Amino acid sequence: MISKATLELVNVTKQFGTTTAVDGIDLKIPAGSYCCLLGPSGCGKTSTLRMIAGHEAVTSGDILVGAANVTDLPPAGRNTAMMFQSYALFPHLSVLDNVAFALKMRGVEKAERHAEARKLLSLVDMQAYEQRLPAQLSGGQQQRVALARALITKPQILLLDEPLSALDPFLRLRMRAELKRLQRELGITFIHVTHGQDEAMALADIVVLMNAGKIEQQGSPREIFNHPKTEFVAKFIGGHAVIRVGDETLAIRNDRLILNAPSAGVTGSFVAGTITEIEYQGTFIRVAIAGEGGTDLAAELSEFDFDQKGYAVGDRVLVTWNSANAHVLGNPSFATVSTAGAA
Amino acid sequence: MIEERKSFIAWLQAGPMMLVFIAFFLLPLVFVVIVSAWDYNEYEMLPAFSFRGYTDTFEGCIAQLPDLCTILKTYAKTVKLCFLTWAITLTIGFTIAYFLAFHVRSKTWQIVLSLLCTIPFWTSNVIRMIAWVPLLGRNGLVNQGLIDMGLIKVPMEWLLFSEFSVVLAFVHLFTFFMVVPIFNSMIRIDPKLVEAAYDAGATGFQTLVNIIIPLAKPGIVIGSIFVITIVMGDFVTIGVMGGQQIASAGKIIETRLNALQFPAAAANAVILLGITIVIISALTRLVDIRKEL
Repeated sequence: MISKATLELVNVTKQFGTTTAVDGIDLKIPAGSYCCLLGPSGCGKTSTLRMIAGHEAVTSGDILVGAANVTDLPPAGRNTAMMFQSYALFPHLSVLDNVAFALKMRGVEKAERHAEARKLLSLVDMQAYEQRLPAQLSGGQQQRVALARALITKPQILLLDEPLSALDPFLRLRMRAELKRLQRELGITFIHVTHGQDEAMALADIVVLMNAGKIEQQGSPREIFNHPKTEFVAKFIGGHAVIRVGDETLAIRNDRLILNAPSAGVTGSFVAGTITEIEYQGTFIRVAIAGEGGTDLAAELSEFDFDQKGYAVGDRVLVTWNSANAHVLGNPSFATVSTAGAA
Repeated sequence: MIEERKSFIAWLQAGPMMLVFIAFFLLPLVFVVIVSAWDYNEYEMLPAFSFRGYTDTFEGCIAQLPDLCTILKTYAKTVKLCFLTWAITLTIGFTIAYFLAFHVRSKTWQIVLSLLCTIPFWTSNVIRMIAWVPLLGRNGLVNQGLIDMGLIKVPMEWLLFSEFSVVLAFVHLFTFFMVVPIFNSMIRIDPKLVEAAYDAGATGFQTLVNIIIPLAKPGIVIGSIFVITIVMGDFVTIGVMGGQQIASAGKIIETRLNALQFPAAAANAVILLGITIVIISALTRLVDIRKEL
């Protein structure tokens, strides 16, 4: 019922006045994939999404959906649909009319468009609420309605602007699973903007990590987590220690750090430090270490490893790693040695 | 206990406004209705129940049907002028409010431009009305200009002291009463809604009809109530701009008052109030129906 198309951005740039929000990005997203645009606020991810949607004009570059160049088309002509951050449901229309809105604009008869809207409401399990007004729904329910409204035009690409940010943590996890299920069932491309790396890791087939208007790294969540290319990626994705050794900056997963007693014979590079905090996290134990020369690390030890050595706050340790687990990072932006916090 | 206290404080806060409302609106209104049902003769009113105020007003009107008697014609004219003024002020007011709310991006400019709209209010009603006279008169600027340009040979008489000039003055005086409430409800519309409509393929006109007008409805209704109630009861503007030649419902009341026929004046006031209420409730009904479509 819904056709698929790849999305391609070719050298897309967006300037607001003199500031460049998106700086010549190239991106290709295969049909039917779940893609997360991830990055800190102001990194250009939302501008990118809005350009794909057609709500923001492209300063230069091209946007292709399938074989069609949609750069200059209005949103409704792009086979995309957008789900807005705060859902933007029409407050004066019932749930049913909200969902049927796009069809009404196309001049579809009332009975027909309502029948179609009911189908989509049952897809998101909201058919019981069709006569309600948006203000009478909870946040999660509003989101389902917004999803149904966006899907009624049978888009090939659904664009979601921070869809989970307005929900409480419990609901966020539930809706996250639901989004993934919907994407799988519909088989269309979802492009999801978020600043939460856990959200991106959980959902995405492809994570596109952006920083300062550029794509820092793209790939599957596992690729990005296990092979961060830059210091920024390693820090943003979390769970990594970033350590400078000689001319190289290394990223090592926190759970791959090895703690040694000062008396142990250590070969190769190490960071010496003092344990400042021990946190029991259930599946692991987080040991915060203030390294000499300002390197702060947070090793994640299994309960077993921790118990064997029995560290306490104030103990001096040498932190080492297996060189196979250390990744050399490109363009080290800072000279100081520092580390990311726990994931 | 706390609930009771809260509601007591709420009553206390609403109290002053309620007292003012009762003393200066409800009581006078009750008096007007009572007096309208009193008897009267040439020089005094008699506190006895009588519908003379009403029957005298419409004397001979039934007999004249289907032709309209003077009183009915006057009411019909008042309603017509009111409708014209309402339609024009609504169109202009809605357009200005739309421009301010959706095309002026910065808050500062919105405020500056709104204040600009209030500049005419720095002078009195009468001055603003009279300012039209040298412009529209037989030898006024407009006529002279058109003659000099060779567009007309004889001055147009209908420009001043006519229904045209009355409606023109009304529109000039009261458009701002439309702009403010409509603008006020428009700036509450989330711009994301307009974007969502655009995303769903709505044209600009479809967005206007399906999103903006329904959501600006409270403002439209409030503005309409302002304009309709003012114009229906007006006798000063109609007097000045109509060259004292055009009768209106307000004028009837004024005439009766000048003749010290208070019950008759009160009766006409009650009739006018009734008509105005009917128009406004019809209007709100009409807007409500639109929402159902």
